[in-house]
Amino acid sequence: MKNELNRDGLAFNEPLLWERSRKGRVGLSLPRRDVETAEIGDDLVGDATNFPELSEVDVARHYTRLSQWNFCIDTNMYPLGSCTMKYNPKTHERQAALHGFAAAHPLLPTRLSQGLLRMMAELETFLAEITGMEAVTLQPAAGAHGELCGMLMFHAYHRKNGNPRSKIIVPDTAHGTNPASAALCNYRPIKVSSGENGILAPEEIARVMDEDTAGIMITNPNTLGLFEENIREISDIVHQKGGLVYGDGANLNAVMGIVDPAASGLDVLHLNLHKTFATPHGGGGPGSGPVCVKKHLAPYLPVPRIIRKGDAYDIGENFPDSIGRLHSFYGNVGVMIRAYCYIAGMGADNLKKASQLAVLNANYLKESLKDTFELPYDRPCMHECVFSDRKQHAHKITTLDMVKRLMDFGFHPPTIYFPLIVGGAMMVEPTETESRENLDRFIATLKAIAAEAEGNPEILRKAPHGCRLRRLDETAAARKPCLTG
Amino acid sequence: MKELPELNLPEDVHYSKDHEWARKENGRIRVGIDDYAQDQLGEIVYVELPKPGDVFSTGAEFGTVESVKAVSELFMPMGGSVTAVNTALADSPELVNTSPYADGWMLEIEATDPSEWDALMSRAEYLDRLQTEE
Amino acid sequence: MHYFPHTDEDVAEMLAKVGVKRLADLFGIIPDACKRKNPLDLPAALTEGEMNAHMDRLSRSMAAAPEYNSFLGAGRYDHFIPHLIPSLLARAEFSTAYTPYQPEVSQGTLQAIYEYQTLTARLLGLSVANASLYDGASALAEALLMAMRITKKRRIALSRQIHPTYRQVVATYLAPTDHEIILLPYLPDGRTDIAPVSSINDLAAVAVQSPNFFGCIESLSHIAEAAHRQAALCVTGFTEALAYGLLKNPGSQGADIACGEGQSLGIPMSYGGPALGMLACKNEYVRSIPGRLVGETTDMEGKRGYVLTLATREQHIRREKATSNICTNSSLNALAAAMFMASAGKTGIREIARLNYDKTAYLKTRLEEKGTELPFRAPVFNEFVVRFPDGFEQQYQRLLQDKLIAGLPLERYYPELAGHYLLNVTETKTRKQLDDFIWEVHR
Repeated sequence: MKNELNRDGLAFNEPLLWERSRKGRVGLSLPRRDVETAEIGDDLVGDATNFPELSEVDVARHYTRLSQWNFCIDTNMYPLGSCTMKYNPKTHERQAALHGFAAAHPLLPTRLSQGLLRMMAELETFLAEITGMEAVTLQPAAGAHGELCGMLMFHAYHRKNGNPRSKIIVPDTAHGTNPASAALCNYRPIKVSSGENGILAPEEIARVMDEDTAGIMITNPNTLGLFEENIREISDIVHQKGGLVYGDGANLNAVMGIVDPAASGLDVLHLNLHKTFATPHGGGGPGSGPVCVKKHLAPYLPVPRIIRKGDAYDIGENFPDSIGRLHSFYGNVGVMIRAYCYIAGMGADNLKKASQLAVLNANYLKESLKDTFELPYDRPCMHECVFSDRKQHAHKITTLDMVKRLMDFGFHPPTIYFPLIVGGAMMVEPTETESRENLDRFIATLKAIAAEAEGNPEILRKAPHGCRLRRLDETAAARKPCLTG
Repeated sequence: MKELPELNLPEDVHYSKDHEWARKENGRIRVGIDDYAQDQLGEIVYVELPKPGDVFSTGAEFGTVESVKAVSELFMPMGGSVTAVNTALADSPELVNTSPYADGWMLEIEATDPSEWDALMSRAEYLDRLQTEE
Repeated sequence: MHYFPHTDEDVAEMLAKVGVKRLADLFGIIPDACKRKNPLDLPAALTEGEMNAHMDRLSRSMAAAPEYNSFLGAGRYDHFIPHLIPSLLARAEFSTAYTPYQPEVSQGTLQAIYEYQTLTARLLGLSVANASLYDGASALAEALLMAMRITKKRRIALSRQIHPTYRQVVATYLAPTDHEIILLPYLPDGRTDIAPVSSINDLAAVAVQSPNFFGCIESLSHIAEAAHRQAALCVTGFTEALAYGLLKNPGSQGADIACGEGQSLGIPMSYGGPALGMLACKNEYVRSIPGRLVGETTDMEGKRGYVLTLATREQHIRREKATSNICTNSSLNALAAAMFMASAGKTGIREIARLNYDKTAYLKTRLEEKGTELPFRAPVFNEFVVRFPDGFEQQYQRLLQDKLIAGLPLERYYPELAGHYLLNVTETKTRKQLDDFIWEVHR
């Protein structure tokens, strides 16, 4: 084997799977062969797949060791802005793994799958209540999938009304998924700038909104962590020209039970169950991106839809104006189960309190750190706040240097270099599940790092020092891509 | 990043506002990006170029250049038909960083209107422009 | 239940730091018109114990093996999952981490995804694979968008033997674009009729599924030749990834892009999701791939490590010009698939796939001996179509009462196939369950 164990504390070295391979090993209990071998044409059979040969112990140790190289929510605060890395309750894992759910085939006759159909119907009702919207699809598998769903509905709605339109307004603070989702519908994104106060001005929207513009995609609270206070006026301007308003609900965690998204003028709103509703992000997925709409867009929702018939539930496909299907079956049901349990367990009061405490935590961080780092938009924030590295430029220290140093103190870095309108952005979202002591530790750590930027900048430029690996060469990775071993 | 006096801006090329350079060579025009552009982009990891025979007007996008976390479009300083591209950049995109005016060239073109070269900026004019941009 | 660590004292002191009196004051900037007028109307909060009881009750209403003897397949397959996999996946270090944007603290996920990409590329016989997409259907839609970008052409020849819901998803994704889908009919033996391809111009891709929706194994090399003659790409879809543990893989037969569903590789059916969209292609198309990619590199000290790479293809950098809008994918399920592929290994994957083939052949042969009609004669992997006698619908319903699900009625998807059923047999079926089924349907 090329790599020695090279133990460093509890962090072991671990080679690639195939570097552990020994001919003749199998890592699982092969099923019983109780039928004879059948004939098969030589022209059909392929060469043996070049998979590594490992024992179950090899596999268990391999992944256990790899896992120990990961930071996760259960390790410590994970303040990635716009990602809402709140604690993922363990009881949800039990519920989603229940045999009746995990082993359910999606094409079961509906009368043999009432439990999950009921769960999905109730989750739709919960999400409609939380957003004030009138109809919901749970089908999109992630936020960007929800955005695509929403844009397809815009397209279908405008086409039905005789003019599919060709443009869409996207603010400069938007996530990259917004313009990318709109582009899949052939919409040309029209970028509008937020004002000096970090929010959109109605006049700016009025200037670009016309009858060839399908509508606007707006994230509220926005990616600066600010509430778009003019959302009602902006919605009116868009509606007056026959356009529609899309809400990116990535940041709903700030406003549950407080804001009425429907009343603020949205026609469509997607949610991220893996953010607001505490389902685990799985190192990149799976998520779930339900889409909530007002009544006039309900006919365009994707099929299949869940239909309540008295006490029973059915699946309906016959909706002639529907945009069609977005998923092989009904979406990420396993993720929905967790979000359903989160809402059922929290109830109305605690959901509201979650938003209040998320906003309290963010404002507490903002107030505690605004003398240390430049705060380009010094206003009351919602669930997150955005600092820049401008004060540290004097010492030739960047955001990247500072957040890499955070790792040495046991914190995950915030989201960096986003939103694009803040140079050297550090976007911090603590979430409501962080305690005050931990916020204080985070604040003290960042202050210590800012002091190092002045007194010992070299230690930041070479950070992290305490991780298994030092900074990685991303340039080499991109110049000569090595994507398989 | 480099300060203006540190920039390598040769006299034998002319510059466009989009930070491309053009040089007359044996009746053809060579095109690349200048020292200011490569310095702003940082370590270049990929260059996407057109095929010989492709024709572009002045200011048209002819390709892209990528660093790890950014993509920039490349624009024709002069209109013309592509007669050769620098195939070495496929394997060694870093040549654009290390040798922007020589080994890191991008295109050779047959100019539609060779007099366009004179309309591009000289070193002095280009430096003036960079100063006002700063 | 709730998960707030805040004491009343914490809240009071933090409010003081922020400079407001009450929690509600934090929202003072929100215009009244945007505020909720009434509290949320949700059911009373459940305790953890109450939730267990409630979810147990919902779960018990779902039909599942072994109580039910089900022959449903058609895109989700009841394969055995060694407990090793859920046990390792449950490690919070994998399940509660975010996308590995900071490589120094995400090497576990990054190396695991690099290994997944490698094993996927090996399974499908192609040079590169991405880090995952949502599911098989969206993977096919993304592959076709990719083919149109690469070829700059606008027609797609789509086999009617591709899973019907996949075809619907493709139609949804492509609806706003300037494209044309031409459906390829099926031959009497159940395979795709490739002949029409030779007369289609402006063709970006020929897309088939193998094994196809009827379970039939397509002749991929002929399909790839037909596609390449039109200067189109050959896109091979699949719903049953395990098949390539036994059958010739798409890459070795000339496929340019292979894409499909990886649920069979250690992932529970979970009523259809979350699943695993797999996508692999030839190396020359790597810059057109949708979704994330992990690549190998070194750190400042020369140690081997892994990073997200070629990110300039993606939405967070290229925005409206990105190769896809995808961000969140199916990372944890990709890990499950890698764990499965690694546990089964070279010999295990072949034996499991072979058992699927053999048990299916057993059922097929015995049914035919008993007089059941097998309308399509092309070779199959672990699914096949039968035609039961007229009036079988009543018997199907009666068998449901006896907890036997006699496959999927096909008429809903193929109106010309009334009385036809799609049956799936995996390694989890015992010979006795197969014999019981044969006895029941011929009673």
